[in-house]
Amino acid sequence: MDVVSIRDFSREQIEHVLKLAEKMVPIARGEERSVLLEGHVLGSLFYEPSTRTRLSFDAAMTRLGGRVLGFDQPTGASVAKGETLADTIRMVDSYCDVIVLRHPQEGAARLAAHFANRPVINAGDGAGQHPTQTMLDLFTIRKEKKKIEGNNVVIVGDLKYGRTVHSLSEALALFGAELTFVAPPTLQIPKEHLKQIESMGHKPKISSSLDEVIKDADVLYVTRIQKERFPDPAEYQKVAGMYRIDMNLLKDVKKDLIIMHPLPRVGEIDPEVDATTHAKYFDQAFNGVPVRMALLGLVLGGLK
Amino acid sequence: MKEFKVTPIRNGTVIDHITVGMALKVLKIVGVKDDVNSTVSVLMHVPSKKAGWKDIVKIEDRELDPKELDRIALISPNATINIIRDYNVAEKFVVEVPNVIKGIMKCANPGCITNKDEPVEPEFVVESKKPITLRCVYCDRVTTAIAENIQ
Repeated sequence: MDVVSIRDFSREQIEHVLKLAEKMVPIARGEERSVLLEGHVLGSLFYEPSTRTRLSFDAAMTRLGGRVLGFDQPTGASVAKGETLADTIRMVDSYCDVIVLRHPQEGAARLAAHFANRPVINAGDGAGQHPTQTMLDLFTIRKEKKKIEGNNVVIVGDLKYGRTVHSLSEALALFGAELTFVAPPTLQIPKEHLKQIESMGHKPKISSSLDEVIKDADVLYVTRIQKERFPDPAEYQKVAGMYRIDMNLLKDVKKDLIIMHPLPRVGEIDPEVDATTHAKYFDQAFNGVPVRMALLGLVLGGLK
Repeated sequence: MKEFKVTPIRNGTVIDHITVGMALKVLKIVGVKDDVNSTVSVLMHVPSKKAGWKDIVKIEDRELDPKELDRIALISPNATINIIRDYNVAEKFVVEVPNVIKGIMKCANPGCITNKDEPVEPEFVVESKKPITLRCVYCDRVTTAIAENIQ
């Protein structure tokens, strides 16, 4: 079994992963020991820098008694000498039991799955899919709000290019959440994604003003507005400042509003907010560990 | 009396009802280059009862292979293929858009792994046949820009 795109999974399958992840929490925290994946080796191939994703996969495998080998930048590896991804995958496939891949090219994980006999887990392929991020986001909402269905999830930031947003919003629609997309018109959710969500029987709200919609939000999902998308730095400053989450904005929000962010944040959320009960982004980062444990357990056959 | 702009052929293939403007793309697909030993006739912007205007390509002494037919179907889904043997139409059929497209066009997404130097053929699932909409099996990019990406 490979984990390439969230679209490959049914709602039932995702729910199963989330349930297993719940059971993994004490092991992820180090409160319980596990030898579930003892003797197994994870090949961790990171062609792009990553902090949370790489470390949480390492932590997940190590906590379950397995070992990790690989690289966190392609320089020095045969990759830098011009080896194709297909060849690198065929080689690593013979050294380990599961492959975790982060790659700048879209579709890289599907290609890896095509050449590997071992399971491949997509840890992000360019602007494409990042299914384990989607699963940990769903896990966080379910954990904090008890269920996903019926929650009003406001997603704000770069909705056009943001990697996590597209698969997350489709998955949230699959789980019956209400969606509100907040972005400047130039960075709004692409039409084809909106159509996809509407085809699932939802009618998301579209807005460019966070003030207008934040009062009704149950979940506020903040994403980074990427500076490199803007030709004019002044334009970037204007847009980035528009959606800054600070104490003033949170004056009239629901008491149990939770704020999420895939991190890293670059000024989108004022550090003052960290101390409020709304802030869940560090819990969210932790949740990557139990969710990835559940997935590793499933693909390696340690969990059913 | 009706005037024949192009005379009938004895053996070969007549590709009729080509979407107007696509004849040159069809020639590229069937690989008509300098070393062709038979006559190739091209009619562009011909009145058509069905579609208003159409293009026609006639290739003498040549029948098309399935991959060529798939390519033609992608850029001109209403094209009809007439296989001519000894001045008679031996076979006549409308091209058919396959459900899966493999190796005959590149992905429209420049960031797709299949556009790098990897040993794979681009592959697409046909999401809709009217208009033809393809989804890349690798990067998930959906495209209707077929003619630009056909190889």
